[in-house]
This record gives sequence, C-alpha cells and structure tokens, in this order.
Amino acid sequence: MAETATPAETAHVNRVRGARRSPAEHLADAFTSGSVPGTVTLTEIPYQAMVGLRVDRTSDAGARVAAVTGGLPAACGEVTGTGSVNTLWLGPTEFMVVAPEEAHDSLGGSLVSDLTTALGTDAGQVVDLSANRTTFELSGSHARAVLEKTCALDLHPRVFKAGTAVSTELAHIPVMLWKTSDESYRIFPRASFADFLGRWLLDAMREYASPEVP
Amino acid sequence: MLLISCPNCGPRDETEFHYGGQAHVAYPESPNDLTDREWAEYLFYRENTKGTFAERWVHSTGCRQWFNMLRDTVSYEIHSIYGMGQPRPNLSASAAAGTSAKSEPAQPGEFTQTGEFGQTEPGLAPGAPTTGAPISGSTAPTSSEGV
Ligand SMILES: [Zn+2]
Repeated sequence: MAETATPAETAHVNRVRGARRSPAEHLADAFTSGSVPGTVTLTEIPYQAMVGLRVDRTSDAGARVAAVTGGLPAACGEVTGTGSVNTLWLGPTEFMVVAPEEAHDSLGGSLVSDLTTALGTDAGQVVDLSANRTTFELSGSHARAVLEKTCALDLHPRVFKAGTAVSTELAHIPVMLWKTSDESYRIFPRASFADFLGRWLLDAMREYASPEVP
Repeated sequence: MLLISCPNCGPRDETEFHYGGQAHVAYPESPNDLTDREWAEYLFYRENTKGTFAERWVHSTGCRQWFNMLRDTVSYEIHSIYGMGQPRPNLSASAAAGTSAKSEPAQPGEFTQTGEFGQTEPGLAPGAPTTGAPISGSTAPTSSEGV
C-alpha cells in the first residue's frame, strides 16, 4: 500500500475513511461547548495509530523493535520516542506505540509492517490496536483538578511529571493516562468506554465554567 | 481499601488488582497417580488461615504481572510482597509483636490444616468433632513452598 496506489485503491481508502466514526464523535459538540478556554478543555484526537507490543526489550528482537520505535521504555511511567511516534510502558515486556493516523499501513504508512518485520519470528507479538482505544486530550490550568476528582494516583507535579504515562483507573474504568506537558493530559480509554468517560469528564469540568465561589 | 505496592508500579489502590488465592500450591508431581479425592483436594481445598497468609495477586489494571503477598487476614496488614517463584519469606526473624512464625499459631483461633493436601477431612468445618486428626498445633507443611 505504501507504494504506488492505483486511483481505485485511493478511492477505496478514502471511502473507508469517510465511513469511519470515532468512538466519541457524537460528543464533539458537547466537548466544544463544555470546554472552558483558558481553564480546562476537552477534545478527542480520533484514529491515532496504536500498536501493542510484547517483546523482551533486552533481546535482539527488542533491540530491532526499539530501532523502529525510537526506544522501548524500561520502567513504569516511562515514555520513549521523539516527535510523533511514542511508546508507553504497559508492563515489563508489554508496550503501546502511539503514532499519528498517517503512520498506519492502510493510509500509506508502514508502522505495523515495520514492527512486524523487526520482530521477525522471534518470541513476542505485534498487534494493530488502532481501533481499540481513542484519545482524549484534557488541557488547561484546571485539568489536574478534573482528574483528581476520580484518579487515586498522586497527580501533583512533584510525583506525576510531564512526559510520563501510567495505566490506572479513571471513573472506575481502566485507561492509560499520559501527561504530555505541565497542563495537558492524553487519556486512552477503550472505544466502548469513550462515551461514558467523555460524559463523565464533561460533568467534572462543568463547575469551572462558573465563577469561583470564595 | 488496601494500598498495595506492585513490584513494578508502586503503590496502587486495591481496585486495580485481582486476587489469585493461596500461593505455593504445588502441581502434583504425578497427577495420574492421584485418587479422585486427592485430585479434588489439590484443585479445590485451600487453607482458611486466620493470621498471616501467603496469597497471589495480579495487577490487572496496571502491568498485568502476578506476585505473591504475605498478608494478615485479621488485620489486613501486608507483611511482605515477593515475586512469583520465590519462597515464602520467613517472618520470624523480623517478627514484630503479634506476629510469629507460621508453624506456631499466632492467635488462639488460628488453626493449621494437615494432611497431604492441607486438609484433615474434606467437608468439615474447623473444629468439627468427628475425626481424631488434629485441627491445630500440628505443623505439617500444607503445601510445597517455592512454587
Ligand atoms: Zn503493576
């Protein structure tokens, strides 16, 4: 697919893209109206390419896979990669690669096939999980306050630093939580939980639209 | 709510974990030689310890890795967390007040089951008075450690 696509193939890809519905697409307007610019905003970043990896990062296969991803994280919380392709630590031998939509093989990229080739026949697995989760971006000076209503982890910046990601629970559902900058978080709920979590976050954000009561 | 220190992820709420039952239950060396009774005891019969208990947990919402834990079933105090495949730590060396070695009942109510698979008689409540088998005080190992 990465090579010369015929016009028919291109038309097919565009038709498939046009038919897709992201897990929180129906909440897009609510996310816009529920966001409080400068305080806390919520958006969905749909269709990111995601690949589940199982590999021993100290093995030869791990080194080959790391060459594709730009490193594999060594411990809980670590995120490797620079630029648009990042790898989150899920477990000692389990990782999740997150990349822009265009990195997916069906759209002219080669992320999945590159990883599959890198692993070869060695022990491990490369699984295209792009449709498994969607991405929410929660940003603003009160983003942490919204998350702290439900997250049991210590999200204070002295503990949870920008550039780290953990799997944990928000609103009693399992998510990956990635702090991308001092006031911005990316949340990865599974597709079937996106509606619930989106509405939950909107509800939690609502109070910040009103003036603070002294 | 227990706060459990995952060996990989650090302290997390109990809701991120799932319980895996008694630790160190060895798979029988020759399962084909067991009677139905012995097989059933291996599969289904577990200790019901009042006091320090070795059990398995998995960090299901986090790293999805299993580990072992020594936990007091009365106070819920977590004495030790150690890896799969590691032997049960001996707490007697560092025993604080109120904790003692496994072989000695820590509390009057603690009983240690006996028998090849950790059972005096199946189906009997602790202290049920029909067999001569000792309910407590016996220190026969109830399971293979280090599994
Ligand atoms: Zn863990």
